[in-house]
Formats: sequence, C-alpha cells, structure tokens
Amino acid sequence: MTDLFLARPARKSSAYYRVRRQVLRVLQILALSLVLIYTLFPYYWAFVSSTKQGAALYRSVLLPALDFTYYRELINNPVFIGSLLNSAYVAVATTCLSLVIGISAAYALGRIDFPQRRAVLMIILMISIFPQVVVLSGMFELINWLGLFNRPSALILTYLLSTVPFTTWILTTFIREFPRELEEAAIVDGCSHLRILMKILLPLMGPSLASTGILAFILAWNEFLFALTFTLTDENRTVPVAIGLIAGTNRYEYPFGQIMAASVTVTLPLIAVVLVFQRRIVAGLTAGAVKG
Amino acid sequence: MSARLVRRDHLAAWLFLVPVIASMLVVAVWPLGRTFFFAFTDAFLDDPSVYSMVGIDNLIEVFNDHTWWLAVRNTLTFTVISVAIETALGLAIALLINEAIPGRGLARAAILVPWAIPVVVSTKIWEWMLNDQFGVINKLLEALGFIDHGVAWTASGSLIMGVVIFIDVWMTTPFMVLLILAGLQMISQEIFEAAEVDGIPAWKRFWSITLPMLRPAIGVAVLFRTLDALRMFDLSYVLAASNEKVMTVSIYARDRLISFQELGVGSAASTWVFLLVALVAIIIIGALRLDRAAGH
Repeated sequence: MTDLFLARPARKSSAYYRVRRQVLRVLQILALSLVLIYTLFPYYWAFVSSTKQGAALYRSVLLPALDFTYYRELINNPVFIGSLLNSAYVAVATTCLSLVIGISAAYALGRIDFPQRRAVLMIILMISIFPQVVVLSGMFELINWLGLFNRPSALILTYLLSTVPFTTWILTTFIREFPRELEEAAIVDGCSHLRILMKILLPLMGPSLASTGILAFILAWNEFLFALTFTLTDENRTVPVAIGLIAGTNRYEYPFGQIMAASVTVTLPLIAVVLVFQRRIVAGLTAGAVKG
Repeated sequence: MSARLVRRDHLAAWLFLVPVIASMLVVAVWPLGRTFFFAFTDAFLDDPSVYSMVGIDNLIEVFNDHTWWLAVRNTLTFTVISVAIETALGLAIALLINEAIPGRGLARAAILVPWAIPVVVSTKIWEWMLNDQFGVINKLLEALGFIDHGVAWTASGSLIMGVVIFIDVWMTTPFMVLLILAGLQMISQEIFEAAEVDGIPAWKRFWSITLPMLRPAIGVAVLFRTLDALRMFDLSYVLAASNEKVMTVSIYARDRLISFQELGVGSAASTWVFLLVALVAIIIIGALRLDRAAGH
C-alpha cells in the first residue's frame, strides 16, 4: 500500500476528483442518451410516418401528424386482418405445443440422472443452430405428402424445428434450479415421475413457462423463410410475409405510409409484452446461454 | 438405490423424451436426410417422385457455379463484419448500462425493442429511413452539411452490403448486450474494489480484470451470433430480393430450389450450406475449448 502511494505523483486535490467525476457522469449520460436514440428512434419514426398523408410524408417533420387514415384502411382490409389471424393462430399453437414437448423433455434432462443426458442435450442444441434452408427440400416433400401445402397449419409443424429445441433447452436450465429436496420425500413415498412433475414442479414453474412461452411466441410470430415458402396465396399468409411482399407499382410509388402503419400494428403487441415481462424475458434469454 | 430402481428411472427418462424425439425425427432428421438424398438425384419440384440418381453431379454443378461462390463470399463478409461490430458495440453498451447512472433501467428496457421487432419490419423501417429522396437519414446528413444530395443507400451496388450490415447490427446488438451484461453481473464486485483501492487505473482494470472474466460470456454470444448470421435469409431477401451483391447462401439455395424448381441442385446447394455451417461451428467450438484448456 504505502510504496504504491509513494510511487505515484502527489495526490491531486479533492476538487480535481470532484470535477473529473462530474465530467465523467455527464459523458455517461450523453452516451446513454445516444443509445436510447439509436434503439428507439427508428420505431418512433415508423409511427410518425404512418400518421402522415401525401406530401407530408416526404417532409421530414419530427412530430406525428396524427392522421390515422392508414390504420382505418388496414382494419378494413380483410387480407391484412386475415394474415394477422393466421399469425396469431400459428404462433399460439406453436407455442403451446413447444411448451408441452419442452417441459416433458426438460423434466427428463433436468431432474433424472441417466447416462446419455449430455449427449441428448448436445443433439438438441445442434438442431437449434443448423440453418433452416437445409431442411427445406425434405420439408417441402413432407408438407405436400401430408396435404398441408398452402395451409397455415403447415407452418406450425415446420416452426417446431426451431421452437422445440429452444423451449427444451431453456426449460431444462430453469427446472434444474429447483432444489432436489422438493421431490425427495415424494420419491421415498414411491410417487411416480409423472406425478412429481404435475403436482410438485409444474405449480412452481409458472414464471419459467411464461418467459419461455413469450420467447417461443416471438420466434414463431417473426418467422419468415418457412412462411414465405409454404404458403402461396394471400389469404394464407402470415404478417411478416404479407408486409415483406407489399410493393408499389414502381419504385417511386412505394407505399411507405401503409407499410409503416402495418409495421407499427404488428409490433405494438410484441413491444408491450416485452416491456411488461422485461425481467422474465432477460432471464429466459440468458439462462440458456450463460449457464448452458 | 437398487439397480432395478435405477433402470426404472432410465426408462422413465426416455419416456419423457418421447415427444421431443418424435417431433425432432419428423421435422429435423427426416427432412435433413431427404435433402441429402435429393442432392444425388435430378428431381424437379413439380413432381419429386420422378427422378434418377446422378451421383455427385449436382454437388459439382453448385461448386462450379460462379454465383454460389459470390453468395459464400457475401455470407462470410456479412458474418465476420457484423458479428465483430456487434460484439464491440454490445460490450460498450453493456459496460455503460452496468454503471449506476440515471436512466439505465429505461435503457435496459429500450434495448429489447429492436430485438423484438420482426426482421421484415426492421428492414422496411430502415429502408424507408434510408430512402434516397425522402429518407430521414439523408435529410439529416444534408442539414448537417455532410452531403449535397441524397445518397442512394439501397439502390447502389457498392453501398448495399454496408446497409445490410448496419441494419443487422441495429437488430442484434441487444442480444449481445444482454448476454454480456449477464456475464458482467456474475463478476464479483470485490475484485474491482480491491483494484481500485490499490490505485489501478480504470483502463487497466478493464483490460486485466473485466475482459478476461467476460471471455466465456463473449465466447458463447459470438458462437450463437455467428451461426445465426451464417443462415441469414430474411434481411437480404426483403431488402434486395435476389440481388447478387447481398445474396446469402440461404437465398442461393432457396432460389435454386423454389424459383428454379430444381429439387436436385437446390438440395445439393443446401448440403453445401450444411457443410459450411458445420465447419464454422467446429472451428469456433474448437477455439473456445482451446481457450478453456489454456486456463482462461
């Protein structure tokens, strides 16, 4: 300690440190504001643009004009409402299925010791990272064979490829966190595994299921490649594909106002859910990566 | 526990795994196997039941295709540059949010917004903001005097890859921030306090304590982001359809398969994509293991 102080130049006055700390604080707040503008401005701008009509759209005024014509048009557009309903149906069904499959697998992988446990986890992780385009040919044949081509139900099946490994992985890390003592008494009493899962663990897993479910829902709601490939007609599209395929008659008549209105409409519920369940979502996202 | 009970436990484990194994066999293993199989046939998409075996002709055809190599180069360029920027930016933002400053809670919530928005929507929003005539970015740059007239960000061939990387950085930096932040919070505060008391300057504390302790968290984040970037499809597709300047390997394979209806050649391209991603995954995982073995 002492020689360290001797080695350093004379201690500066406390006023110096106070000013330095204040300058640093100001710089930090400035940097934080930049981060906020960078992350939030694009979405704000989409909202502003979606409320401007005609020539106003092309004048970059920073305040919204609050003209909701585009939104009224969207609500009265049966194709857009149809794709919203398709997206909701597909995402909800995918989420429920993935949670049921995931919780069952997570119980085996997180609470029972068996020799191939690590190998199974590794295979599931590998499935979740390989590119979707690789299964496209085989999936096309499978969908056709099942007679599901151009049906929203086909998407539920294909989405399981990414959502099931994801829910399994995250629920396994969550289920492992409960203390062993929880089920020890039940095991001694000869309680079956199914009863332990249903009566002891499941009632405690509400928050884990909620955060995993939200993440799976977002994954399914935002999917593009399979939705683009396995649906053909407008009435069977999901929202991302519908928005992706909106096009003007030429490059100069691109309907940016309408696209921005549709974009805001489909993301508003997501953003609301994400902000409300902020902590749970971060817990879910990091559980899989950091502890795995 | 008796051997009989242990055996019963193992059986129970496999029973609980039946749904996940069955679903993965149907949607992952079987389609993957069929893709590999079709790669060796001359089948077309309109009637996959009519085909003959052609050996490795398709694999060679893709290998000799100039466009395929363009797509490989684009994909690798995109992956390396965007993951590098995301890691640096993610680290910077994570360190900033980790400080006790007013508004950090707000920033932590705001950072989730770009992450939750669908890729298609983010792409459309930035396409509009980067529009050459009416985009707000060009207006801003003009007002600040950096440019005289609007830059055609998405229309000109030389800039479009930069735009794709820029949008991807905006969308996926949040993921990096969250993972690095989680890593930061696992480092015990006592080490920093000790170092501060000893008069170690801030930059050195960062370089010798924070960075080495963050290595595992950053390693995992880079692995996930890299493999995700290698399969990128929607961003390039929505922004530029099949523009060769930003065509990725996923777009190339899907084009051959769906647009040209060539089930055989398309499957061969998918097989190459699979091999490419597997190779990169092995290299990164190997590097992480070496890192751990070296004592970090």
